[in-house]
Amino acid sequence: MNAYSWMQILFLFIALFVLIKPVGYFMTKVYQGQWTIFSPILRPCETVLYRLAGVDDTDEMDWKRYATAMLLFNAVGFMALFAILLTQSYLPLNPQQMSSFSWSLAFNTAVSFVTNTNWQAYSGEQAASYFTQMAGLAVQNFVSTASGMAVILTLIRGFVRRQTAALGNFWVDLTRSLLYILLPLSFVAALCLVSQGVIQNFAPYKTTPLVQATTFEMPKSGAVGLQQLKSVAVKDVSIPMGPVASQEAIKELGTNGGGFFNANSAHPYENPTPLSNFLECLLILLIPGGLTVVFGRMVGNSRQGWALLTTMMILMVIAIGVMSWAESGGNPLLRGLGVSGANLEGKEVRFGSGGSALFSALTTGTSCGAVNSMHDSFTPIGGMVPLVLILLGEVIFGGVGSGLYTMLAFVVIAVFIAGLMIGRTPEYLGKKIEVREMWLSLVIVLTAGMVVLIFSGLALILPAGVSAMANSGPHGLTEVLYAYASAANNNGSAFAGLNAGTLFYTMTTSLAMLIGRFVPAVAVLALAGSLASKKYVPPSLGTLPTDQLSFVLWLTLVIIIVGALTFFPALAMGPIIEHLLMTGGN
Amino acid sequence: MKDLKTACLLFILLTVLLGGAYPAVVTATANLLFPHQAQGSFVMDKNGKVAGSLLIGQPFTEDKYFWPRPSATADFGYNPLASGGSNLGPTNQELIQQVKERITTLRVAGINGEIPNDLVLASASGLDPHISPFAAESQIPHVAKARGLSEEVVKKLVSVSTEERQLGFLGEPRVNVLALNLKLDRIVP
Repeated sequence: MNAYSWMQILFLFIALFVLIKPVGYFMTKVYQGQWTIFSPILRPCETVLYRLAGVDDTDEMDWKRYATAMLLFNAVGFMALFAILLTQSYLPLNPQQMSSFSWSLAFNTAVSFVTNTNWQAYSGEQAASYFTQMAGLAVQNFVSTASGMAVILTLIRGFVRRQTAALGNFWVDLTRSLLYILLPLSFVAALCLVSQGVIQNFAPYKTTPLVQATTFEMPKSGAVGLQQLKSVAVKDVSIPMGPVASQEAIKELGTNGGGFFNANSAHPYENPTPLSNFLECLLILLIPGGLTVVFGRMVGNSRQGWALLTTMMILMVIAIGVMSWAESGGNPLLRGLGVSGANLEGKEVRFGSGGSALFSALTTGTSCGAVNSMHDSFTPIGGMVPLVLILLGEVIFGGVGSGLYTMLAFVVIAVFIAGLMIGRTPEYLGKKIEVREMWLSLVIVLTAGMVVLIFSGLALILPAGVSAMANSGPHGLTEVLYAYASAANNNGSAFAGLNAGTLFYTMTTSLAMLIGRFVPAVAVLALAGSLASKKYVPPSLGTLPTDQLSFVLWLTLVIIIVGALTFFPALAMGPIIEHLLMTGGN
Repeated sequence: MKDLKTACLLFILLTVLLGGAYPAVVTATANLLFPHQAQGSFVMDKNGKVAGSLLIGQPFTEDKYFWPRPSATADFGYNPLASGGSNLGPTNQELIQQVKERITTLRVAGINGEIPNDLVLASASGLDPHISPFAAESQIPHVAKARGLSEEVVKKLVSVSTEERQLGFLGEPRVNVLALNLKLDRIVP
């Protein structure tokens, strides 16, 4: 961990703080239907879309209709993507003539992209055509993100509005998020990425000669056993091409995380330079950060938004610090052999341990799940940090929309507990917190955790679950725990050694992703409905101030305590034991 | 029912916009502004033939070339169709064994002293085009000997090929192995 790594982190957060205020202000304007600089071009597009799709943009929905619209839209998106994956070989823009996905893999992939998880049980450059990537997967990257933005918007309206059932119009919230926010930002980001070397074309894979030919040993066809190998000469290689930059931009911006290539953001065509790495880090944080500003603006007290952002920052900085320390310290088992420096297994030279640890903390604190280094090869403590960040419920910035709504559920819980402890009225932003709000908040916060523990337990007692591990012992346990944590919290990164392509894992992770995404989302809408129907209670002496440092610290503690109570035993048996074994020289 | 119809129609319209128009416009603009990068950053060798992409590493094993990092890609190292890392955990015996073998190879090639970590640890993509300046310097003797060049000349080549941190503080200093080897081929065939 050198001074440059710290500078990189410092500059990232400076850039973030410079950007989120204007972005947040702009987003607020868009959602309130005000005139913005893009309106002259985009307002007509918006109107045309509404007319063609039969949307009445003045039509307000109650929470049930809003939830129905959201679920219907996601169901349609799922069917479309599932169909594209199953028929890929008949569709255009497939220069490598890739075959269609098997039904189980297509199901897993479609669920994964619709739920904003982008867990990948396939290898991009070998399995997905350009058409699938851009018209199937990237479309979901956009619309699943916009769905998350729509849901958080209703929750904010729930706090703001009084004694009403009207929470806004899903189609309008969705369309505006896409047209005014995600599309322009992605376009600019994509071009910046291309300037650094990210590719953007529709060319077939390029066959190029190697400067020095190589050979490898391949088992003879029909041969059994290791003896019968034949030497195969490789004179040229096939380099994958494709429309990468356009997808890379929305993949980070929407905290989706599904790589165009198998190696994701570690691939030099997805993330070619330290500057592209910096830019991708910034994109991951931009909208989750911006939404806290939107929240503050819309509830009429910017400090409420800053309080949430501060809570996120505290946890994020701790996570980055611990991970950077662990990875730059290297692997003691290798140092004994005379190997220098940091743990570079599964990391790229251009990012080093600093740039890798930073990216990994951001991608798991948000529910992005893109990776620029292989988490499976991190040191035990370095690998535990991403796992913990995911298990805390994806609230440390979190996914676009989902991060803030889960954080607000934690706020409700924190306010309620504080109310019980110090005898204050449990209310937040002028809304009384009662039994129904508490129940819904618990559903939002605890669903993913329950899914993780139940499925991990199942995988560890079934042979189908255990046989897929790549590493044995406590590291194998961590692989399984990470897989379900990532799926249920819609992150999508992996301890990728685990063979997640088996029927057992594709089906159980699909189920985890669906429950982890839609149960909390519907609970959020119900919460919004419940809050919007309430009267406004003006703050009194008995009201707990929620925009001050004391509350920020309290909220941080509540998040840590809930996470620790749920997961500490599992973490103790996985990464913590492995750390002790490693430092003990075993 | 009305909402289902809207869901279908809106989804189709958005697919055309986000899955068709958006990537098409990005492709057109990117190829206008940055054609070299958008097409894959390919480079030529001394005969003007395409020698690969500057961003995709290649497997060099001969003494006259600088060696890249180990690669865990399937079939053979630096297979661009199979990007990915080893995913071996830090306490995995297989990793320790692999590292020991790689160290032996480096020692045979005459690399003494501390072993550069990047020369024995596989990258995340399996296609990492770079090595650290330390790893390049440690290889100067064997390359100079095989090429019949003085170590000074090779050292100079390494130092001009070293890319510093971007903007002065981003990332790590690095040497592009393919670019360096192509330069060597230009000097001594």
